[in-house]
Amino acid sequence: MRAIGLVALHVFRDSVRDKVLYSIVAFAVLLMAASYLIGQLTAGQDLKIIKDLGLAAMSLMGLFIAVFIGIGLIAREIDRRSVYAVLAKPVRRHELLLGKYVGLVGTLVVNLAVMAAAYYVVLAYMAWMLPPAALKASPAPPTDPRLLLAVAMIGLELALVTAIALFWSTFSSSALLSAGLTVALYIAGQFGADLKNFEQVVQSPAAGTIGRALYYVLPNFAAFDIKTQVVNALPIADGYVALTAAYALTYIALLLTVSVIIFARRDFK
Amino acid sequence: MSVVKGFVVIVILLAAVVRMQMVREQRFSAAEPAQQVLYVSSPAVMTRLALSYDAIVADLYWIRAIQYYGGTRLSKEPDKSYDLLYPLLDLTTSLDRNFDIAYRFGAYFLSEKKPGGAGRPDLAIRLLEKALAARPDRWEYPHDIGFVYYRDGDYKHAAEWFLRAADAADASGTKNAWLRPLAASTLASGGDTASSRILYQQLLTSDADWLRRDAELRLKRLDAVDEVAQLERLTKVYEDRFGDPPPSWADMVRTGLLRGTPRDPAGIPYVLNPWWGDVTVSETSPMWPLPTERPA
Repeated sequence: MRAIGLVALHVFRDSVRDKVLYSIVAFAVLLMAASYLIGQLTAGQDLKIIKDLGLAAMSLMGLFIAVFIGIGLIAREIDRRSVYAVLAKPVRRHELLLGKYVGLVGTLVVNLAVMAAAYYVVLAYMAWMLPPAALKASPAPPTDPRLLLAVAMIGLELALVTAIALFWSTFSSSALLSAGLTVALYIAGQFGADLKNFEQVVQSPAAGTIGRALYYVLPNFAAFDIKTQVVNALPIADGYVALTAAYALTYIALLLTVSVIIFARRDFK
Repeated sequence: MSVVKGFVVIVILLAAVVRMQMVREQRFSAAEPAQQVLYVSSPAVMTRLALSYDAIVADLYWIRAIQYYGGTRLSKEPDKSYDLLYPLLDLTTSLDRNFDIAYRFGAYFLSEKKPGGAGRPDLAIRLLEKALAARPDRWEYPHDIGFVYYRDGDYKHAAEWFLRAADAADASGTKNAWLRPLAASTLASGGDTASSRILYQQLLTSDADWLRRDAELRLKRLDAVDEVAQLERLTKVYEDRFGDPPPSWADMVRTGLLRGTPRDPAGIPYVLNPWWGDVTVSETSPMWPLPTERPA
């Protein structure tokens, strides 16, 4: 456990050195600029748009970090041959892999937490600036605590994307291929509903069955999207968040297990 | 190259780029595409392309719908076309099925007669029916459908939808006591200023700023309709007394029928037709054109 913690800390420091946390500054500037500009461009609904924009920006920035840093976590070590030096120390292969994962997820969590704080500051500012009628028109209060649920779901989604990126990077030495495969899986995971209902649009029963099988096997990223419900103050079914979180954690455990097995057998020569 | 020299070169090159863009704009401005284009018009395709960013993409389409509507309405084009308004609102509300203001905005301006709107009450109703399918608990959508029928002069359907709105309000525990009298009034005397006044006075309590401002303007126009009717009654009195319609407002004042030149709610003098004695608002007034409702 100590070795995992040390590797994770190293990854976190590395990402700080790589200016990853600059994305927080970009996020804050984007939100502040948008909060001014949106009032000029729309007829009302400023608060809704800022809420949507903030959640989308958190998700998109996190996605870039998860994919582009996640694919390099192991591949870069192998490419630079620094993996020999690390594994020569009392660090086992699975500890290195899990440490890398925990480090990047930790970076993403810190990133999300600071962005969420900046998000609430901008929303509180908007609540102070907007006329009472505009606030009344909004279905949910400006600094609605339920927004944190959406942020938490984004965090889980990013943790799953990181696990996928790490999985590809354990056996592929091409960063481009790993990035492509991670993004492809992310996109495929958004089409869960289409895969589930595939049999309704194809003639072949076999194709329909394959579509349904893929629906169950591929990570269902659409399930993490509760942004619309939260922003529009719509109810979320009891247990939805808990079950989706359990699904994410199970899927992550599966991917990490497969990654550990592959990485343990990988020949670095 | 030193830092200072590098900075100077960057500034010079940046200034040159800006200058060249200005020259290019002056010379080739006519070549810029002016037509509005909607590259993806299928809501099903756009919903898939948006991945999990459908809410923010809906916001972008909403902003575009607002800009498109405003730009077209303020344009100097003699034949204003709002062809893209419905597809833009359809995309917006397909990406975010709970985008309340997009439904209500759409209904209002799609049903508005040209040149102020698209003059398509059928599309307005289609959009609101989509809203109702997404949120059957909301009384506002049947109310708005009734409103579209009302503006289109179909008072029977309007009254039916106002009643449905009253039922939905009762079912959701929202007490809107004015909905049932509105339905009754629409059936009994739809199309007069008194019925319209009830509708627009309710819109004055709306949360949407643009809707309140529009309702204020429309209430003033209804005042103008009633005032025009009153003035025409006075010109008839003048004609009965002197055999001809009044040549000017000054003649009406001289005979004591008026205390001064009558002005519309925007402060612009009413226009008197000296040949027939009929009265209307000036084309320069914000009250122009007058609505088609009958005076109360």
